[in-house]
Amino acid sequence: MIYWELFSTFFKIGLFSFGGGYAMLSMIEQEIVRNHSWITIGQFTDIIAVSQITPGPIAINSATYIGYITTNSILGSICSTIGVVLPSIIVMSILIKFIKMFKESKYVEKAFIGLRPTVIGLILGAAFSLMKPDIFIDYYSYIIFLGVLIAILKYKVGVVKIIIVSAILGILLY
Amino acid sequence: MKFYLEFFMIFFKIGLFTLGGGYAMIPLIKEQIVDKKKWMEEIEFIDVLGVAQSCPGALAVNVSVFVGWKLRKCIGILVAVLGTVLPSFIIILIIAIFFKNLENNALFISVFKGIKPAIVALIIAPAIGMGQALKLKPQKWIISIIIGVVIAFTEISPILFIVGSMILGNILSREKGREI
Repeated sequence: MIYWELFSTFFKIGLFSFGGGYAMLSMIEQEIVRNHSWITIGQFTDIIAVSQITPGPIAINSATYIGYITTNSILGSICSTIGVVLPSIIVMSILIKFIKMFKESKYVEKAFIGLRPTVIGLILGAAFSLMKPDIFIDYYSYIIFLGVLIAILKYKVGVVKIIIVSAILGILLY
Repeated sequence: MKFYLEFFMIFFKIGLFTLGGGYAMIPLIKEQIVDKKKWMEEIEFIDVLGVAQSCPGALAVNVSVFVGWKLRKCIGILVAVLGTVLPSFIIILIIAIFFKNLENNALFISVFKGIKPAIVALIIAPAIGMGQALKLKPQKWIISIIIGVVIAFTEISPILFIVGSMILGNILSREKGREI
């Protein structure tokens, strides 16, 4: 059943997403675009774009959006959103009791040092999976890509400005 | 009842007015919970933040679970999480419904042709920034890039790398836990 599948898929995504929103993207992409084919890679990019300019965590945004798109109903959104949030509630409720122990644990610390290159790898993975002809349609796309990269890394331009400028470029160029 | 409503509204407002995901929400949560309402000490909040960052899931949700539990146990969790999630849920739902009817609109298509490559850059930039902040050595960059390529182009699940690197972190690290 689609509702159960939405719930369980997003539960899995919620349970294994370490390192913040961007690191979750590669997991969402693999599950939703490749394994389940619920949306296309182009639609997936749209969701990320929308998440950048709307409030809230990207995990919640994509769960709500994908839940609706795949089922055409609010119930779908509810199932996937509860799915992605529930692991946080369960894991945090358990850890609250052991917060001191968890914080001072050498094993936890080492595990997270080990996780660092992986988190960066997960984020890069999400970006690599978007480097496809659906996204990079001509050489203008590459110019926009490089321009934005420089704008963020060198000039620390904000996300909202970048989205607005590239939207205007889209209208002018295509 | 008045308390729950106030509690809910605080998280709802935080959820509603923070663009750019979890990290942007943290200073707002701190301002409300620690500075204004004094429901929690600053030291405790920092401890919670550390644990919330190491837990799976969205950071803002994790923090709200903790604050909710501290103030009113299970009902507190429910109220805080609902407050945090509901604004995104409502806004995205409206957009999703709206988008369904826009998918074939010419202007809409042009706008997204411009935005899509920008999004790829928006994702790569924080990865580079994080690597620089952590002073990642070249060999670790190579590991990160290989992991990225494998995840992007094969069917191997990211879960394998997450669990594997947590175990490897413990096996390979020296006494101080600095290396790897």
